[in-house]
This record gives sequence, C-alpha cells and structure tokens, in this order.
Amino acid sequence: MPVTEELTLPESVQDFIEKWRDKPGNLIMVLHKVQEAFGYVPRGVALELARELDVPLAKMYDIITFYHFFKLEKPGRNPVSVCMGTACYIKGGQDLIAELEDLLGIGLNAVTEDGEFSVEAVRCVGCCGLAPVLVVNEEIHGKVTKEKLPEILAKHREVSAE
Amino acid sequence: MATMVNLQINNIAVSVPEGTNVLDAAATANVRIPKLCYHPDLPAWAACGICVVKIEGSNKLARSCALPVAEGMKVITHDPELQEVRRTVIELILSTHPNSCLTCPRNGTCELQTLAADFGIRDQPYEQIIRDIPADTSTPSIVLNPEKCVACGRCVAVCQGVQDVWALEFIGRGDETRMAPAGDILLGDSPCIKCGQCSAHCPVGAIFEKDDTRVLYDAVLDERKHTVVQIAPAVRVALGEAFGMEPGSIVTGKIYAALRRLGFDTIFDTNFGADLTIMEEGTEFVRRFVEGKGALPLITTCCPSWVDYMEKYYPDMIPHFSTAKSPQMMLAAMTKTYYAKQIKTDPSDIFMASVMPCTSKKYEIVRDENMYSSGCQDIDASITTRELARMIKQAGIDFETLPDETVDEALGIYTGAGTIFGATGGVMEAALRTAYYLVTGVDLPGVEFEAIRGLEGIKRATIDIEGAEVRVAVAHNMLNTKIILEEVKSALAAGKEPRTTS
Repeated sequence: MPVTEELTLPESVQDFIEKWRDKPGNLIMVLHKVQEAFGYVPRGVALELARELDVPLAKMYDIITFYHFFKLEKPGRNPVSVCMGTACYIKGGQDLIAELEDLLGIGLNAVTEDGEFSVEAVRCVGCCGLAPVLVVNEEIHGKVTKEKLPEILAKHREVSAE
Repeated sequence: MATMVNLQINNIAVSVPEGTNVLDAAATANVRIPKLCYHPDLPAWAACGICVVKIEGSNKLARSCALPVAEGMKVITHDPELQEVRRTVIELILSTHPNSCLTCPRNGTCELQTLAADFGIRDQPYEQIIRDIPADTSTPSIVLNPEKCVACGRCVAVCQGVQDVWALEFIGRGDETRMAPAGDILLGDSPCIKCGQCSAHCPVGAIFEKDDTRVLYDAVLDERKHTVVQIAPAVRVALGEAFGMEPGSIVTGKIYAALRRLGFDTIFDTNFGADLTIMEEGTEFVRRFVEGKGALPLITTCCPSWVDYMEKYYPDMIPHFSTAKSPQMMLAAMTKTYYAKQIKTDPSDIFMASVMPCTSKKYEIVRDENMYSSGCQDIDASITTRELARMIKQAGIDFETLPDETVDEALGIYTGAGTIFGATGGVMEAALRTAYYLVTGVDLPGVEFEAIRGLEGIKRATIDIEGAEVRVAVAHNMLNTKIILEEVKSALAAGKEPRTTS
C-alpha cells in the first residue's frame, strides 16, 4: 500500500464538504470532488474524510472499491481510457490495449515508471459511431488503429512536457 | 403476545409469530432447510441462495432466510428440482473454494464441508478458480484466510452490526469481491479489537483462531521449564461438549487431571485470580465512591477486547475504567513473582499457560508493558477451550472416564465469587458484593436486575449502600456497551452525574 503525502484537503474540497455535510448520500458526492482534485482518492484523504463525515473507513473503502470510477492509485499524468463497450470491443478495443502494452510496457490499471501514462479499460464512452475509441486527458480519439497510437501518445506526452 | 401467522410447510400446518422467516418456520414443522450464509444471530442477507424454496402462486424461487411468513402461505421446501438448484449453488461455491479440507482448521466443523457431504458432491463440474490472496496473521488472536472466504457476509455483519467495530468490510465488486480489514490493510493495523466474533461466525476456514498448542508442547518437553497452567471459569463448563458430554457439564476435576497428564508441573485455577480482581475492584469502587478518589461511574471488565474498544473509540472514558488487571493476568503476575519465590525458581524459568474461553486472551498477554510485570512475559501462551480439547485428543486421554483430581495449592484455592465471572455481569456483581461488604460489614442481599425492554443485552439495578443509591448497569456485546457509554457521557456532560477525581 503506497503511503501518500497529500494529507490535507484543499479548500475547494473543504467548502464542498461543508455544503454536503448533513445531506444524505454525501459520501459519493464528496468522493467525486476528491477524485476531481487529486485524480484519485489518496489514503490519507480517505482517512481524513472518514473523520470529517463520521463514516467508518471500512464503509468508505466498500464504496470506493465498489465503483470502478473511483481510484486508489494515482493515475499517470495522461490517463488513457480504452473503451471496451460493445461497439469498440467488436472493432478491436482489445487490440489497442495489447498495442498499448507493447508501446508503454504496462497492462491495465498500471502507471508507466515515468508517471506519464496510465491505462484503463472503460465501459461505453457514448460515441459508438467512432469505434474503437480511446480517451486521453479527456480528449476523445475515434476510429483509432494500432498504427495511430504512437502519434497520439507522443502528442499528449509533448503537451504534458510543456 | 405476538400475532400468530398460519401457513403450510410441505402441507404441514404451522403457526408462528409474525415476522418469523420461512426458514425458521419450517423448523417448527421438523423441516430443516439447508443454509450457508444465514445465522440466527444476524440479519438475513440472502447471499448464498442455498435456502431457496417454492411458494405457491409464485414462479420464482424465494430465499427462505429473508422471506417473512404470510397468512395462508404454502411453502414447498424440498423436491427434486429444489435439491438440484441447491446442488448447483454448492458446486458453484466449491468452484471458488480450495479443496484443502484435510489441513483446514475447520476440518470436521465446516458448514460448507457438511453441505458438500450431505449433498453427496462427488465431482466438480465447474472450472476451479482460486484467488491467490495471502493469509493475514497480523494479530495474536485471529487469522484471516480470504482464499477460503465464501462471501457469506457473517463476519462483516457481526463486526459492524453487533460489535460496532467496523474492522471488516467487503471490498471490490462482482467476482472480485473479497472480505478485508477496513481500507484493505492488515487486521492488526485495523480497528479490530480481537473479540473473535468473526471467527466464531465464519462457516468455513476463512477466519479462524490462531493455534498456539505447539508452544505448550515445546514448553512441556523443555526440562528447564517449570510449567504452570491456569484454567478460566468458563472452560470447565464448555470443555465437556467437545467430548460428547451434555453441554454445560461441569468437568473441573477432569480438566485438572487431563492437564497433569499433558505434562504440566503445576495446575492453578483462574478463579483465584478472579478473587483477586474482585477484591481489587471492590476496594477501588469503595475508594472512588466513599472517599471520592477517582472518576465515577466505575467501569469494569475482564475482556481485553472491551478494553481495546474503549481505548480506540472512547479514550476520554479511560479514567472511568478500573485499574485492576483481569484474573488471568493477576494470577500470572502472582505466579511469576510470589509463587516463583516460594518454589525458588527464576520467573524466566517458569512457563505459564492459560486456557481461556476466548481468542481475545491471546491478544491480552502481549497487550502492553503491564503484562510483563514479572520482568518477563507473565503468560507465555494462551489457548482456547477448543485447543485444549484437541491437545487432550492428541494425547490419547479418555477424558470422559478420567477420575477427578484437585487443583494445586498456593494459588489454586478460590471462592464462589470467582466462578460467576464466566457470566455476563458476573464480574460487576461480584465486585459489587465485595464493595457492599467492605462498606457495611454484612453480605449484600440478592441483586434484582431489571431487564430493559427492547434492549436485549443490557441489565440495570439500583442498590442501597448505607443510604447512598448505587446504580449499576451490565452490557453484553459491544453495541450495548456503546449505548451505555453514550448515556453516561451525556449525563456527565449535562452535569447530572458527579465526576469525581482525586
């Protein structure tokens, strides 16, 4: 279990907690906000949230691990989501994952050593007409082929280097 | 009187109180519906699907554990089709369960093993997928082996709903779901209080108590060691059951004899330690109540899990806690100090074992530095009633026919007050009687406990000590403890109770 340094909640999250403190179903909303701020739910933050909202840590992790959306590990600077919805699956989503593994040296739910990329499989992104679809840094790439992957990766690597 | 509901189980008319589930209703018609996840102590969770039944008028199979009875309901609990469904469920569970029955701590007492035997499962039609999750041995008391977990949910339900500890939870989802300590850490780093309720409720070998019998054998074989063993009050009424005797049979004399045959040099009885605890706690109460030195109310327990719970969840209540050690620790300290001097032996050459009713006592012996009062570990190993039963069987001792023997002198004598320690509230009553005697010089007449409606597991009483009203409460299981602690806290905060400190 990696230990994280980010133990304090940013002000935006704190304000958000105040707004939701007494509302039912607040935990999911707050977790969304935390993931938005950090890109994942750091362990220290989960602990602090448990205290703040008076929710047992056990319950917190039950929820975090139940929803695929929430992440416990810090993703890469350029998170790559490969759509594995029905259309993308049929159009070769699996081949893209295999090619990414060749190019980046990492499988699903892993981060490259330099922290640049992480790869995950997601369910339908909602643009089946563009299948197979890849999302990098929230930018959608449609009709992706194995051959196009190096170019896409290079583009995002450059952007994050700036 | 609860409203009665009439229904038919396999055409047998039964009448059961409203709210009863079909599984329990069937039992009243001498019908046993097989089950795996359901446990009478816990709310039905309908996880396993083995207890399915047919209800006339519905084309769905219903899980009888989670189905309340209804007037006029007609239930079929067994037919070839239902048996086939149940068999499939068992086969599916077995497809994710290791076939290591022979070396499993639950061999012979496993509920899944019993089901597989009853259904005559002879082959495994589904591909076996065993998840490789390492066992967690981070506490001195309990071992988690998630590989064997059948996701019945009992441990989670008892840990959260009954004990209010929240050490265990499911994480992940679908076929990735697994039971794990809070936040997927080691159990020893979690809020676990080592109460052992999870292992007591686990139907399989996924959670079990640590076996320390090997340590005892090694000590007995070590000629330099003077081996001493103590047995707790509850063990004498529980051990007989392991040998097919009537539950509750008192087998004190046979246990002394068996321990001697196992090779222990000296046999003591924890009841003597209990007497010491009572004197300490009674005196402590008098000091706080009469002399006003120390915080009131005084809270006592001999349960290390309770202490752990309080330290973790109610650290502000620590001053209210009795400073007296539990009987096993008091007797151990006496053995390795007073008794060691008597037999002119260095405490490090004494091996002290204890036979206790609970896995929590394994944790208590290494709890903190106070458990090393003789300069070395006061109790070297603590085993449970079940472990002792296994040792007796391994040693070929015919327990039922053993003659009664007596306990050893010096620290083996005891009063009746110690024996009632085994019951919930026993400690409090014994300490209260002692305190009453210390103040008034006469024995306390019977204590009338009033059961609190709707709160099973909490008892209260008021007694009069020389004109002063003393209110006592007794709680069973952690959630009830919490109820009382919260009540005390709010009374203290409202200034209703005297918070005396020296």
